Amino acid sequence: MSTAMTTTADTVEDLSTVLRMDDLRVSAVGGSEILLGISLELYRGQILGLVGESGSGKTTAGLACMGHYRTGLQHTAGGIELFPRDGDPFYLESLSTEQTRELRGSRVAYIPQDPALSLNPAIRVGEQIREVLDVHAFGKSSAERGARVKEVLEDVGLPGTDEYQRRWPHQLSGGQQQRIGIAMAFAMFPDVLILDEPTTGLDVSTQAHVLDTIRDMTRRHDVASLYITHDLAVVAELADRVAVMLRGELVEEGPAQQVLHRPEHDYTKRLLAAVPDLAGRKDLSAATMRESEAVETQASETQVSEPGEATEASAMESAEPYLLEVTDLAMKFGDNVVLSSIDMTLEPGESTMILGESGSGKTTLSRCITGLVDGYTGSVRYRGEELAKSTRKRTIDHRQEIQYVFQSPFSSLNPRRTIGESLTVPLEMSKRLPRSEHKQTVEEALDAVRLGRSFYDRRPGDLSGGERQRAAIARALVNAPRVLVCDEITSALDVSVQASIVSLLNTLREERGLAILFVTHNITLARHVSGHINVLNKGVIVDRGTVEDVLENPTHEYTKALLSDIPQL
Amino acid sequence: MMAKLILRRLVLSLFILLAVSVLVFFATLLLPGDPARAILGQQATPERVAALQAQLNLDQPAIVRYFLWLGGLFVGDFGMSTAFGGPVSALLSDRIVSSLVLMVLAAVISIPLGLGFGIFSALHRGKRRDKAVTWVSLTLAALPEFVIGIVLVTIFATTVFQILPAVTMSPPGQQVWMFPSQLILPTITLALVVAPYIARMMRATMIDVLDSGYVEMARLKGVPERQVIMRHAVPHAVGPVAQVIAIQLAWLAGGVVVVEFLFRYPGIGQALIDAVTFRDVQVVQAVSMIVAVVYVVVNLLADIVGIMSNPKLRSAS
Amino acid sequence: MSENTVVDPSGMHREDQSAELKQSASKPTNIVQRVWAQSEGRIGVILTALIVLLAFLGPLLAPVLTGYSPTAFADRPFQDSGLFGTDDLGRSVASRFLAGGALLVTYSVAATAVGLIVGAAFGMTAAYAGGAVDAVIMRCNDVLLAIPQLVFAMLAIVVLGPQGWVLIMVIGITHAPRIARVSRAATLNVINEDYIRAAEMYAVPRARIIFREIVPNIMGPLSVEAGLRLTYSIGSIASLSFLGLGMQPPTADWGLMINENRIALSIQPWGVILPVVAIAILTIGTNLLADAIARATASTNVEKS
Repeated sequence: MSTAMTTTADTVEDLSTVLRMDDLRVSAVGGSEILLGISLELYRGQILGLVGESGSGKTTAGLACMGHYRTGLQHTAGGIELFPRDGDPFYLESLSTEQTRELRGSRVAYIPQDPALSLNPAIRVGEQIREVLDVHAFGKSSAERGARVKEVLEDVGLPGTDEYQRRWPHQLSGGQQQRIGIAMAFAMFPDVLILDEPTTGLDVSTQAHVLDTIRDMTRRHDVASLYITHDLAVVAELADRVAVMLRGELVEEGPAQQVLHRPEHDYTKRLLAAVPDLAGRKDLSAATMRESEAVETQASETQVSEPGEATEASAMESAEPYLLEVTDLAMKFGDNVVLSSIDMTLEPGESTMILGESGSGKTTLSRCITGLVDGYTGSVRYRGEELAKSTRKRTIDHRQEIQYVFQSPFSSLNPRRTIGESLTVPLEMSKRLPRSEHKQTVEEALDAVRLGRSFYDRRPGDLSGGERQRAAIARALVNAPRVLVCDEITSALDVSVQASIVSLLNTLREERGLAILFVTHNITLARHVSGHINVLNKGVIVDRGTVEDVLENPTHEYTKALLSDIPQL
Repeated sequence: MMAKLILRRLVLSLFILLAVSVLVFFATLLLPGDPARAILGQQATPERVAALQAQLNLDQPAIVRYFLWLGGLFVGDFGMSTAFGGPVSALLSDRIVSSLVLMVLAAVISIPLGLGFGIFSALHRGKRRDKAVTWVSLTLAALPEFVIGIVLVTIFATTVFQILPAVTMSPPGQQVWMFPSQLILPTITLALVVAPYIARMMRATMIDVLDSGYVEMARLKGVPERQVIMRHAVPHAVGPVAQVIAIQLAWLAGGVVVVEFLFRYPGIGQALIDAVTFRDVQVVQAVSMIVAVVYVVVNLLADIVGIMSNPKLRSAS
Repeated sequence: MSENTVVDPSGMHREDQSAELKQSASKPTNIVQRVWAQSEGRIGVILTALIVLLAFLGPLLAPVLTGYSPTAFADRPFQDSGLFGTDDLGRSVASRFLAGGALLVTYSVAATAVGLIVGAAFGMTAAYAGGAVDAVIMRCNDVLLAIPQLVFAMLAIVVLGPQGWVLIMVIGITHAPRIARVSRAATLNVINEDYIRAAEMYAVPRARIIFREIVPNIMGPLSVEAGLRLTYSIGSIASLSFLGLGMQPPTADWGLMINENRIALSIQPWGVILPVVAIAILTIGTNLLADAIARATASTNVEKS
């Protein structure tokens, strides 16, 4: 990797090293190695994107730069050398506890993943920024520190007023909380900044603003930043250089352009191939995608000829009712209107995306359709028959024809029961098959989701996230439904697993003519999973049509903003 | 918002007390025996018994008597003691003070002790010091109060050393605090029962807080460890621990019964046991209500502390 | 491409290593092993077993070993004749000690069972039904909690008399509100899991949801509660006997023995010390056990020493 670095050092500006990590090794106390010798360098005024999937050890590497190892981890070998703006270079390991403490927050600053958890809820936000200045004895007087708090708040685009400083963390939005975190990090003019997934969990537009702030502050203050993330698209937007981690090892490192567009290592290539792109040009998972695309054009033949609103009007008159039709659905919890006047339809073999950010009402909508949430007004029809509102009041057939897959595979399977037991439940309840055929049917479903029969007797605790989600999909399939409602089913999974689940869904749709309602916050998946899209914002569908139409010619401001803010590779 | 929450707790507390009063009153109605005859003795004439019954409202229906009793409670009139003849309030007033002295002393010792050991244990989690605190608190928490009391008596008053009095013997009319040496063993017994719970809860709460994102962040900001603990961690443990302390203080109101019996301490616990033995209904009712009031007030205070220590509730408009 | 061969998120070293751990964690039977694996658990089991054996074998062995039945008069009061001497009425302390644990242990276990059944039933119902049912159950709970256990027990004993079933029921019922709180909280945690929603979605009958999906997942907190409440049951029943309101003379019982013999603590301490030590060992044992169960069920990453 070092060769790759030197050969492509095409940047003319001189790269002055601020932090050098040399063959760093970290292991669990008395256990296996977490980092197997990481070497990397951070340069002044540049952002290094450190990319890896869950469990790759990227956060451990980041925290090591602060001389911090979480409980249960220990530093075993290698070193980190720091070259501060003023003063001599030194090794982190050579510092005493007190010197390490002085270093943290002043020379090396940290911006954590979840500002809601990292800001102390019982201390006012201005106070929390000021604390950094106080403990590191910034400036000469209290007044000078007060002025610095105001200045750094304004730097990150927040009001520096006393009123604002007196707010509690819970009175700020997620984006504002993260800016407080950034202000705290920049308060002491650090040499190095460690950012640990600082935009995960933020809405696309908020993320765009926070990323702008980070980029701007890094350049302006000439800081060397390490940006830890699983999101390659964010890295493409932000980083000057990229390092890719896999299971505690650095597999590739180099300028962003090179790593992202001409990757050398197999893992990087696969990772990049798994990232969905807005244009949909990429084969998310090569072979399967090609087949399903063929099927998609077949299945959506009618839709293509009559796109958008026209389809609804004509089908309304035609004898054949929609497979699934939602009319004027509205839902409120107390005074809080969650959904209003939702109309939508679904045809056999069609995949429709419901796109919305957190709080848009997308989960409520999908649960209304499956009867998990009742008390809505309007109607949900299956083949023209109106469905009862609550799943318990629906007929056995209705209940089995529409199946729902939950967001988190860590929550949707009972940890005390085997996969086989959990998957038999829908069969027991539908009473369609004699008991003797249950096991075989479940095993076939496990085959269908490419898990295999050996999973029948295993429990969720033995399975990875992706395997659990496949099992959950298998549960939805045992009664051979016509409609599958997938509620954010890939958002808890790594990109590569997401890619495999997406390709599984496409295969199932092709094999079984399944209609899929794919609910997500991730617009870049649109072209990979769906023919149609409904954009949901604050409980209202603001944009709808074929994916092509909506992505090429968005009509609503919200969709336009979404498309312009989304980071892309 | 905050005022509304506190008001709600207040209303709930009053409701609980009312329900307890119904429960206590009608439960004691089931007690066998006629209070009027018990006061006057077996030789009393039927006329005198009837007259006293009328005076005590015993000829009224139960529901009327309940409201008369309830009304009396508000003005400190707990009725007449059947066993001792006098008004219950006169019988209990000194004893309430004595019991409160014992409870306050026990609380003053056990709360700082419990909090201190809890924090100490949490800060040295997994180390030998933590293990030692855990074992001691687990052991003490397991023991019934009379077992602790008897062990203390055996060691300090009778069998091993004879340095402290085993029982309380204050001459009538004298207050218990005139004889501090007699207070030592009962106080230590109660404190040893209460402190381990507080320590265990404090440890668990502190460990949660120390593992939180904001404590890690404070350390990564370079905040000195002492300040991390005192400013970032401890304030968050206040709310939950206040609840446990309240439960323990409320428990003191009941646990004091056994300890007072063991040390012959002239408090309400002793009065309750005597009253139960002599079927002295009015006293049983009064003591049960007093104990319930202590429970409710202490819990209310804990709720208020919990609400006040939560900035979300404090600052919401 | 397949996640298994390429970038399996579980393919990380830490997870590989804990794979065996996880497998065992998912099999409910192994909780016994995990309790035994802790020093608290081992000592708790041994102490508890010791006293339980003593309590149930003792009554059979008492006349054989001591030569006196628990109620026979052996000598004058408070003598040091024979092993451990005599009690306030001149009966053999050794014989009464051997016979004095059976009722205490039996009643405590029965009371705990009553409390668990009643408390868990109400707690789960409150959590699962929610709304008005929940509110009513929890308010009743608050009312019962406002009367200390011992005061409540004394009221009941005065009204109903100091019979065995009264002791069992009253101690059990005073435990119930506390157990109800714990099982309600545990159930609420479980109910928020999607597998309960999934069962609802398939219209699984509510009773079956409770017994198949909820109960197995709250067994952890419930068994901790069982151990804890057993400790308190032993303490409460012994305390009542000590106050003279529990077991009645001439029954041989540890709590009662302490009451009967404590006036002679300085001259003939055995009549007090033996039962005090037995009660102490038993309660410490059950409490250590409860703590070990709590650690074993809390999570798979048990703190390692």
